[in-house]
Amino acid sequence: MSLQNIHLVTDEAVAQAEAERTASPLAVRNLTVSYGQTPAIFSVDLTVRAGAMTAIVGPNGAGKSTLLKAALDVIKPLAGTVTVFGEPLAAMRDRIAYVPQRASVDWDFPTRVIDVVLMGLYRQLGLLGRVRSKHRAAAMGALDRVGMTDFATRQIGQLSGGQQQRVFLARALAQDADVYVLDEPFAGVDAATERAIIAVLKDLRDTGRTVLAVHHDLATVPDYFDDVVLLNTQVIAAGPVDDVFTEDNLQAAYGGRLTTARVDPESVAG
Amino acid sequence: MLGDALLLQLGYNATLVTVGAALLGVAAGVAGTFLFLRKRALVGDAISHATLPGVGLAFVLMVALGGDGRWLPGLLLGAAVSAAIGLLCVQGLTRATRLGEDAAIGAVLSVFFGFGIVILTVVQTMTAGQQAGLEGFLLGSTAGMLRSDAILLAVSAAVVLALVLVLRRPLELAAFDPGYAEATGWSLGRIDLVMMGIVLVVTVVGLKVVGLILIVALLIVPAVTARFWTDRTGHVVIIAGAVGGVSGYVGAAISAVAPALPTGPIVVLVGFLLFLVSLLFSPGRGVLASLLMHHRYQRRVHMRQGLLALAQGQPIFEALTRRLMHRAGLILPDGVATQAGQAAASKALLDETRWSLVRADTSFAAAATRYDGLTPIEDVLTPDQLRDVDGRITAPKVV
Repeated sequence: MSLQNIHLVTDEAVAQAEAERTASPLAVRNLTVSYGQTPAIFSVDLTVRAGAMTAIVGPNGAGKSTLLKAALDVIKPLAGTVTVFGEPLAAMRDRIAYVPQRASVDWDFPTRVIDVVLMGLYRQLGLLGRVRSKHRAAAMGALDRVGMTDFATRQIGQLSGGQQQRVFLARALAQDADVYVLDEPFAGVDAATERAIIAVLKDLRDTGRTVLAVHHDLATVPDYFDDVVLLNTQVIAAGPVDDVFTEDNLQAAYGGRLTTARVDPESVAG
Repeated sequence: MLGDALLLQLGYNATLVTVGAALLGVAAGVAGTFLFLRKRALVGDAISHATLPGVGLAFVLMVALGGDGRWLPGLLLGAAVSAAIGLLCVQGLTRATRLGEDAAIGAVLSVFFGFGIVILTVVQTMTAGQQAGLEGFLLGSTAGMLRSDAILLAVSAAVVLALVLVLRRPLELAAFDPGYAEATGWSLGRIDLVMMGIVLVVTVVGLKVVGLILIVALLIVPAVTARFWTDRTGHVVIIAGAVGGVSGYVGAAISAVAPALPTGPIVVLVGFLLFLVSLLFSPGRGVLASLLMHHRYQRRVHMRQGLLALAQGQPIFEALTRRLMHRAGLILPDGVATQAGQAAASKALLDETRWSLVRADTSFAAAATRYDGLTPIEDVLTPDQLRDVDGRITAPKVV
């Protein structure tokens, strides 16, 4: 952390930060997660801007996925609080849709595409609620938005990587949430799928939803996202892409491992 | 005699026990499906082996209190308590240490089983003759079962089935995508706890029927068998229940006519027979179907490659290709195309050209996934779509 980042904190600044946190669709404070004795993320503060697309970027092992999982209480943090629109997460689960990493599940599981998408409605359906035609229609609508209606009755093991990712996104769309949290949605997908997914995400943002995604391709950050969080165990910098996605910040996040070839200087403001 | 047993003609008691075993089989198959899908099959093994010390200690305790050491509900209660302790040990070891779950299972299973055997041996020397029933818990013995035992089986099976029916959604979600389950607010810890509770109930009430060594087979074999026949979770559950039910029913019936045989191994062997049939003959995932499909596919690939070579005027080198094409009347023994061969070759080339256009166009994504180098494109596209594709063939390369 450079000295520039440390400045006098005034009462007004504290009050403003608090107001931003309350309005934020997802705000975490002092979040620390550790596997054993080494922290995977340490004292992370993050206030996601409503109605924006935010990327979390950082080197391998920076704790990007861990941050998402801890923010959604999928893994238990050592310390820290999470609020959703100013309320505790537990009361606001319905407002958040999570798209895990594709590789986190067994795709030979005996289930069909439409069944996976319907899982997005399980919370709404409860334990015994019957799956009615309106639920099926909602699931088919979600599949339509990712261009997968023709695959509805296929076994999920028959899908390509990109198609699997679209099904996961469709399941989140079926939830009709306010906040979409995605873990590496573009990892290992074909170009057509990447285009389809980014179109859906931008559409979500344009209809007032908030998108937070772990992203690994620095070159596309300025094209795809409004805000960026540079993470390397701690938050190195966070804010609008134009302000934050700079050569200096990237060097700070990636250390010596970042070669300038990986960032197109034209697309990097600074 | 066996016919009588299968048709429930062997008297009231044997009939009750057979029906009870069938219900246990259904419950085990259904509960085991979620254990299998959650990839925690071996935890069931740890639970079952951990029942043994409880059975022995319950016996000792009941005798010490002046009661009948063989009172089944008391023995099962002891089994449940010690199985629960075993389960807690597995979870504690996995969470508190760096041991993997497999290592924790191995440690708990063997220690509890060893301890149980020691207690059983002590019991044997202590009250000679009285413990006659206890070794039945190892491999199962329905011969001496009472009406109350059968009713206990039926009630437990009904409770298990009702629980699984109510909890099918969280159980499915936890098995397929635990992270997502947690993120949508289902507590994974609680789901797993309930699932292990269900497995514990099945194991404990199944002790007398199948025995603790083999109960894990009754939990897992039906699910594995069912997986061969369907790609849908709900169907796997139903088929697994049926397989478990048939195994329990037939196993107990055979055991009724041959009381010297332990019930557990027979039940498991019946289940294994159903598994074997599924492994070999199921249409999608079975061994024979796979072999046949591979064989057919290979021949079709050879044929197709041969035709494309013909269409492009290249020689055919592979002997199998030449043999197949000659047999189909497409080429002469010297490799020259017959008239039929030439027609088939140009058709194959047209098909390939159309396919390459379809595969390059993302609006045909669904159709493109059906490309296997063999399926004629007419089987996949509508005539309208086909005309659209043909309009894009700039220079027809048809020979």
